Amino acid sequence: MADDVKALSSQLAQDPDSLVFLRLGEALRHKGQLDAAYRVAVTGLERHPHLADAHDLYARILADKHDYERAFDEWDMALRIAPAHVGALKGLAFLYFKIGDVQQAAAHLEAAQQAAPDDPGVAQALALARGGATEVERAADPAAEAEPATVQESLAPAAQPLEEARVFAGLEGAEEGLLLLDGSGRVLGGALKDSAGQDVTDAVAAYLAGVSHEAARTAKLLGLGDWSGLAAEGKLGHVHLTSPSADALLLVVRDRAVPMGRLAIIAQRAAAAARRWLEEQG
Amino acid sequence: MTAESPGGGYGRALDLITRVRGVRGAMLVSADDGIVVAEQLMEGIKGPALAALAASLTTRLRRAMEAAGVGVSLFWHLQAEQGALLVVPAVSGILVVAVAEPDVNVGLVRLELLRGAEAVA
Repeated sequence: MADDVKALSSQLAQDPDSLVFLRLGEALRHKGQLDAAYRVAVTGLERHPHLADAHDLYARILADKHDYERAFDEWDMALRIAPAHVGALKGLAFLYFKIGDVQQAAAHLEAAQQAAPDDPGVAQALALARGGATEVERAADPAAEAEPATVQESLAPAAQPLEEARVFAGLEGAEEGLLLLDGSGRVLGGALKDSAGQDVTDAVAAYLAGVSHEAARTAKLLGLGDWSGLAAEGKLGHVHLTSPSADALLLVVRDRAVPMGRLAIIAQRAAAAARRWLEEQG
Repeated sequence: MTAESPGGGYGRALDLITRVRGVRGAMLVSADDGIVVAEQLMEGIKGPALAALAASLTTRLRRAMEAAGVGVSLFWHLQAEQGALLVVPAVSGILVVAVAEPDVNVGLVRLELLRGAEAVA
């Protein structure tokens, strides 16, 4: 763990704008170095104020410090940015249990389960919610340290490690609004969900197979050079396609509340993450 | 700039689009079969091929967007190093298409394309 912190600190020093602060903050938090984790999270938030995962990290650190009021505000902010953010939903569920509002806690856990139906922690916490508030509070408590292993597995905010292997780890919408495909439409990373929470990844991927090639043909025909992006406005949402490498296609989907210009910025960040990931894969 | 089938509402719709600074041409395309309905394009732009590709891309995008749950496409914009292709699908099944320079005011072209789509609906 010490080596992790050292390596992550080094990475962050080399690229202060990177999202590695999320992993560093989490590593410091797990080591109990809350003041250091706090500083990392605050600095990261200053650079990435619209990143839901950054607010989630900050909220977990605040909860560890028993500053529940500010933790609530941060999780609430994370949800405003990413309404289906599982970490924030579970964090708020924990706080509602803290104040004895079991109904609200269960509602947030149900929303978390809709967003992440395969998350065993959410399922367990929800099951416990129907059995008794005390157990659930322990299950969701980000600061809890001595609970049994089975309960610890179900705690949400505390034990949600960022998977280094995921293409879009740490990016907003990584599991419901970002998708990376290869030239034949095979899914390399990310996932898409529709407004009802249904996974539509494979269906969308199938329709997008060949789009990159066709966009390139069109740009060439018109003498426009290489294509850099394709933005589309839908009745209920917006999409942005870009090509992070010669043989890959990145799709970003957001609802209509996200302006097209901001979507392009999100796509640029996601494309940078995708390029790094593709390079790592060789 | 060459003009085909410029008469009536189609010609007026294309006029409004091509008057925007930076627009190199505009055309109306049948979305179903990718055939040119009317065009006002600068010399050198291959209208029939462009119409076919624009219709094909529109179809792929429409299917993908409907599968993603964001509804039907109202406007799309292909950005490239040296220019852009902008498309509004009209309810009549006609695509209103513009080819533009890279520094064009995309918002303004979008507005004129939407007006054009209303005119041909």
